[in-house]
Amino acid sequence: MSTDTPTIVLVGHGMVGQRFLEALAERGLTATHRVVVLCEEPRPAYDRVQLTSYFSGKTPEDLSLTDLRLIEDHGIELRVGDPAETIDRAAREVTARSGLVVGYDVLVLATGSYPFVPPVPNKDAEGCFVYRTIEDLLAIEEYAGRSTTGAVVGGGLLGLEAAGALKGLGLTSHIVEFAPRLMPVQVDEGGGAALLRTIEDMGLSVHTGVGTQEIVVGEDGAVTGMKLSDGSELATDLVVFSAGVRPRDQLARDAGLTVGERGGIAVDEQCRSVCDPRVFAIGECALAADGRVYGLVAPGYEQAETAAATIAEDESAFTGADLSTKLKLLGVDVASFGDAHGTAGDCLDVVYSDSRAGLYKKLVIGRDGTLLGGILIGDAEAYGTLKAFTGSVPPVSPESLVLPAGAGGPVQLGPSALPDDAIICSCNNVRKGTIREAVTEHSCTTVPEVKKCTKAGTTCGSCVKVLGQLVNAELEASGVEVDKGLCGCFSQTREELYEIVLALRVTSYRELLDRHGREAARGGDGCEVCKPTVGSIIASLAPAIGAGTHVLDGEQAALQDTNDHFLANLQKNGSYSVVPRIPGGEIAPEKLIIIGEIARDFGLYTKITGGQRIDMFGARVEQLPLIWARLVDAGFESGHAYGKSLRTVKSCVGQTWCRYGVQDSVRMAIDLELRYRGLRSPHKLKSAVSGCQRECAEARSKDFGVIATANGWNLYVGGNGGATPRHADLLAQDLSDAELIRLIDRFLMFYIRTADRLERTSVWLDRIPGGLDHVRDVVVHDSLGICDELESLMTAHVSAYRDEWAETIDDPEKLARFVSFVNAPDTPDPVVAFVPERDQMKPDLPLLNIGLRPADDILEGTATR
Amino acid sequence: MTPVLETTDLKIRLRLTDDWFTVCDLSALLPGRGVAALLPDGRQAAVFADRTGRLYAIDNRDPFTGAAVLSRGLTGTHRGRPFVASPLLKQRFDLESGQCLDDETVRVTAYEVKAA
Ligand code: SRM
Ligand SMILES: Cc1cc2nc3c(=O)[nH]c(=O)nc-3n(C[C@H](O)[C@H](O)[C@H](O)COP(=O)(O)OP(=O)(O)OC[C@H]3O[C@@H](n4cnc5c(N)ncnc54)[C@H](O)[C@@H]3O)c2cc1C
Ligand code: SF4
Ligand code: FES
Repeated sequence: MSTDTPTIVLVGHGMVGQRFLEALAERGLTATHRVVVLCEEPRPAYDRVQLTSYFSGKTPEDLSLTDLRLIEDHGIELRVGDPAETIDRAAREVTARSGLVVGYDVLVLATGSYPFVPPVPNKDAEGCFVYRTIEDLLAIEEYAGRSTTGAVVGGGLLGLEAAGALKGLGLTSHIVEFAPRLMPVQVDEGGGAALLRTIEDMGLSVHTGVGTQEIVVGEDGAVTGMKLSDGSELATDLVVFSAGVRPRDQLARDAGLTVGERGGIAVDEQCRSVCDPRVFAIGECALAADGRVYGLVAPGYEQAETAAATIAEDESAFTGADLSTKLKLLGVDVASFGDAHGTAGDCLDVVYSDSRAGLYKKLVIGRDGTLLGGILIGDAEAYGTLKAFTGSVPPVSPESLVLPAGAGGPVQLGPSALPDDAIICSCNNVRKGTIREAVTEHSCTTVPEVKKCTKAGTTCGSCVKVLGQLVNAELEASGVEVDKGLCGCFSQTREELYEIVLALRVTSYRELLDRHGREAARGGDGCEVCKPTVGSIIASLAPAIGAGTHVLDGEQAALQDTNDHFLANLQKNGSYSVVPRIPGGEIAPEKLIIIGEIARDFGLYTKITGGQRIDMFGARVEQLPLIWARLVDAGFESGHAYGKSLRTVKSCVGQTWCRYGVQDSVRMAIDLELRYRGLRSPHKLKSAVSGCQRECAEARSKDFGVIATANGWNLYVGGNGGATPRHADLLAQDLSDAELIRLIDRFLMFYIRTADRLERTSVWLDRIPGGLDHVRDVVVHDSLGICDELESLMTAHVSAYRDEWAETIDDPEKLARFVSFVNAPDTPDPVVAFVPERDQMKPDLPLLNIGLRPADDILEGTATR
Repeated sequence: MTPVLETTDLKIRLRLTDDWFTVCDLSALLPGRGVAALLPDGRQAAVFADRTGRLYAIDNRDPFTGAAVLSRGLTGTHRGRPFVASPLLKQRFDLESGQCLDDETVRVTAYEVKAA
């Protein structure tokens, strides 16, 4: 060890360890110290809080919290996969598994926790797992592939998360909880009951009030079941222990550091070991000065900052932290904050409970009206605001904060009502005042900027909504007129640009930008926001304003988003997917065979889509015209899966076959799909037609949905599946075919005219002043007198429609773009490659990571070498 | 000047270490859109023209996803500087320097390019 640069050794590169390194860097300590990090796991720090999102498609890389550039730039020596084995406090040395011995001036332990596994017989059998690291998840995923049933021991926060993950992996899932209710730590009895009902409704079996006595194994030594304390036996192929965590303090114990009776390295308010001033402990391995071991990331982050500040000889202390949490467990909101159990004595509860809807909300109020804490199950909308009000008397009555809409509440409490020192982001301990300053003093104008500047909203994400409200409120308050313009190039909204294009018959983007754009943007190249928006407006209006009707005509080609530019959907490895239109989902055997033949001949992966048609994946750009030549030949057309335009009109089989059907829903779906195909709009448009009220086509989840009645058709509008589902509202009933089509014509054209970019009909309907009533006035009662125009615009669209692909394969100029390389038209992109999976193929993703020459890519831009 | 005449036989050339590498005819580029070029060493470059005819070239590989797709992104002007937005996850890259505008720690190679 050189005497002039003091050394800090960090043991454990988990979430808290990583935050500690960032704090060191921010304080300039990395410049004055040698920093050595011993990391046990085979990868640097990642977001353990979001661990479960691995099962919803996040890769281990997506979860990473570590910016290797930062590590390198700060000269931090990060030793991945090399845990500390012993600490010699007398010699001030740490020995790692690799044999490396590092001397330290300061030692920081951030070793986290290990999952507690109850000492039941056969607990280590094949098929038993814990839920803590990416490696654990990989192992569970692999084993689940060979299993049908899974059981989770422990019905706490993590147990529910693990059970949800097992269910997501296709297993029948059980939860076994010793306590009489789920999440005993966070929720009370009423909340536990609401949670139980909702979770059972999802098809998970919950066994409360029973303990696990033994893991039963088969002859091969693998798990076959569990014996429970009530004498029953539960058959299961896989067991996940999630019965709590214990601080990983063995290393510290062996080194003679003081640990608590129930574990945890004892530290003072500066996070310094109580018996050795050169040693710090932070995160879940530490027993804080208030006598608690914190199992949440936010207190750990605070401890990391405190330790770094102390090392920098700044004043700082960690005296305790808030245990508020908000989670979405299996799609159910669960939140608890402040003194959720009303332990403070002399306090009152306000409870709202609706077991049918799975709602339970409780607020704990002090005698003087102070909000002390609460529990929200089923609907945690108000969490951000309520948490911030905790400790103060809210400006409205507490009941009004928990009552559902329609019952006289809830009152919308704007974030402006919050005091400046209210904590908005508890993960990162960011106060409202700090966020306001980010806007007023650091001139942040968007949520991403504020996130970057304050770190608020960057961990669990539950505060982002309140963050957005605050940023807008602050911008408006400080007199910054919130710019409603489309983007940096146009100060008009999309609706205004539509009116300009229509009224002045502007057919060129450049002309629009140079005449109507913001001063500074004129003469420039626009941006990726306004180009496709204007491209879409021009395409919607093309026949009416005399523009080219093909999206790749002339300048229009340069405006289209990449998918429209290649008339196919770009996939993650640079290949494309091809979706021919299958109107109404009806397809003759001959055509199915042709799709099969084409997919086989080009080696494409095929899948039935959620939109009742067939998607062929893995086409290289130069194959697209060849594939389409065959499809067009067989009578197929573009399905516009790539466009902000009509996607599918799904159908149920309807009157023709179904014993309940009252109208021919398939024919109507085909008619509608053919009428509106190719119509470019602010966002994608989806529809469905059901043959009776049983609604097998799910029409009410569509932008415009049609349901047959004995007397005709009911038209519903503004439905949405996707991220924020919304049931469509009834616009008009018992319509004849002609009335139905006329109303849809008007509705769609009115939407295209007035919606914002990327605004689905559901959001639009909720946003526009007057909502559904206004839209009904305009399109049914013609209150604005524009229905003739709306109808004639649609007529123009319908008669100008041509299949985009049929035109493209006949046009050499348009075809020229379908090559991987302009200078080597016959060479395929070498990064696009595939590997086999389940009798088909999938993208070779590892290839994407390495590309062609990894060495050069790492060197790129790193000036230090 | 008659731009049509001027562009017919002009070639786009990229500067690789010491040579100028010929990519394609200038007329193959649509203003505001890119093309990909395969380089002799197996790398790929994305070549763009803005509306004034100025040329730019950067590495074609999107550093965030690994896919070779930057040539297929939309271009634009940000604070007076030209950029392309990756068609996959939409991060923007300065066309002159290769610097990512949404993550200061990321940069792709930028090539010198001319029409001659
Ligand atoms: C292929 C398909 C999944 C499948 O294999 O089944 C799919 C794939 C994609 N969907 Fe979807 N969606 C597909 C059916 C759906 C459905 C089901 C339906 O249409 O009935 C929904 C819910 C219904 C709805 O939209 O209301 C759906 C809701 C979404 C959403 C969320 C929209 C929302 O309003 O919340 C997105 C994201 C977006 O559009 O911003 C999305 C976006 C996407 C994108 C474009 C994501 C992307 O940017 O790459 C995917 C690319 C398609 C491709 O590469 O071909 N997809 N997507 C389905 C194609 C249907 C088709 O035949 O065209
Ligand atoms: C599935 C899941 C969901 C969660 N959800 C939430 C949530 O919603 N909100 C919340 O606040 N918290 C949540 N948590 C808890 C949160 O992840 C932890 O509080 C946080 O990770 C603690 O950080 P840490 O750095 O103290 O420990 P860790 O992140 O566990 O890091 C400790 C690291 O030290 C390493 N280590 C141990 N011993 C050694 C050694 N001798 N040498 C070298 N390295 C060593 C370990 O391998 C580990 O990588 C969740 C945890 C899990 C598992
Ligand atoms: S919606 Fe009605 S008509 Fe259509 S399939 Fe279902 S039950 Fe039959
Ligand atoms: S509260 Fe978790 S990120 Fe803000």
